[in-house]
Amino acid sequence: MTARIAAAAVSLGTVIVLSGCTSFYEIPIETPIQPKMDVSPFQRVLIAGFVSGGSDDVDTNLETVRLLRSQLRTKSSLRVIEADVLPLVEMARDQQPAGTNGEAAEPPQAGTNPPAERTNPPAEHGAAPIREEKDLEPYETLFANVELWKKIGEEYQNPLIVTGTILFTPHERAGFVQREQEYFDAVGRRRVTPVRTYMQRKGFILRPKFVFIDGRTGTTLYSESFREEILYSPQNSTPALSSYFELMDRLIPSFLSTLSTQKIRGARILLK
Amino acid sequence: MFKRAVLAAVFLTLAAAPSFADARSDAKEQVEFGIRVAQRGLWREAVYRWQRAVAIDPTYAAAYNNLAIAYEHEGELEKARQAYEKATELDPGNAMIRQNFDLFREINDRTNRRGGS
Repeated sequence: MTARIAAAAVSLGTVIVLSGCTSFYEIPIETPIQPKMDVSPFQRVLIAGFVSGGSDDVDTNLETVRLLRSQLRTKSSLRVIEADVLPLVEMARDQQPAGTNGEAAEPPQAGTNPPAERTNPPAEHGAAPIREEKDLEPYETLFANVELWKKIGEEYQNPLIVTGTILFTPHERAGFVQREQEYFDAVGRRRVTPVRTYMQRKGFILRPKFVFIDGRTGTTLYSESFREEILYSPQNSTPALSSYFELMDRLIPSFLSTLSTQKIRGARILLK
Repeated sequence: MFKRAVLAAVFLTLAAAPSFADARSDAKEQVEFGIRVAQRGLWREAVYRWQRAVAIDPTYAAAYNNLAIAYEHEGELEKARQAYEKATELDPGNAMIRQNFDLFREINDRTNRRGGS
């Protein structure tokens, strides 16, 4: 007993001594994160459009263009060019060399053709819809078409061009999920206990790849891929468009930090 | 001979003690002034004060901690990391320094994790 009292006294004494000796002050700080890209050569940005696929419930090309433009208007120093969204899927199909897929293809829109041995996007007639990641692979050559992007750049007075791919697919997964179950104990008090339940959940996966192209030269300056997913319990019937925006909300800070300085707010402790 | 050596060592330690105490008290003044200006948002002045504090007393963990925070606020993340490392090296048991460093690392890792090409 004496030892226990002595230990308590010592620990209390330590606390008193420590609190007496240490003076500290919490202070809010904002850590600036430098942009991933040097955008100083550009005054304007063109969100050109995206090769998109997956769910038919959301026009991810149009929605992404709209969302990124509105974000850049308020959170970037670049002027956003208002222009029609480019039909990139059709453009990619048009740029394939003649004779592929057994079709007499249209001449490419601009300059450099991808080499014949590359996989080309399916021709317009009987073209397979983009449903999964491998369906997007043939479109990758589009972003390397320097002449095409240079021409688009000239059209809009050499802006920074943002394009890429977006795949928004329905997804479901079965597994254990922890949730809180409410019950009332013997004396009628409300209690909550964690319960693990096996359930099939449904949701969506969003896989965007943003490609940043120099409108003066048509070359790719930077690209970045993301993957976000969301799952709901079977009772939840969240519309696809809401899920799309929820997932995009998670990515937007990263997208913006490519082009402009972002500040992360926090608090630290200053010591004396 | 041994006795003389011990006496000399004791004398030197006692003679040096006031100068250590002076250094710490001078550095503490700089640290306190730095805190006051940082609280008013004058972070550049705070950086200057805390740099002086660590120059006066290079064993002052709190000064390194504060300097690290100021560097963080100024976006000089590499300097902030070095200052946090020094602070934790000098005072490894200080939970507040560790907490600051952990929060910093979270941001720094996020910045470095960017998977672009």
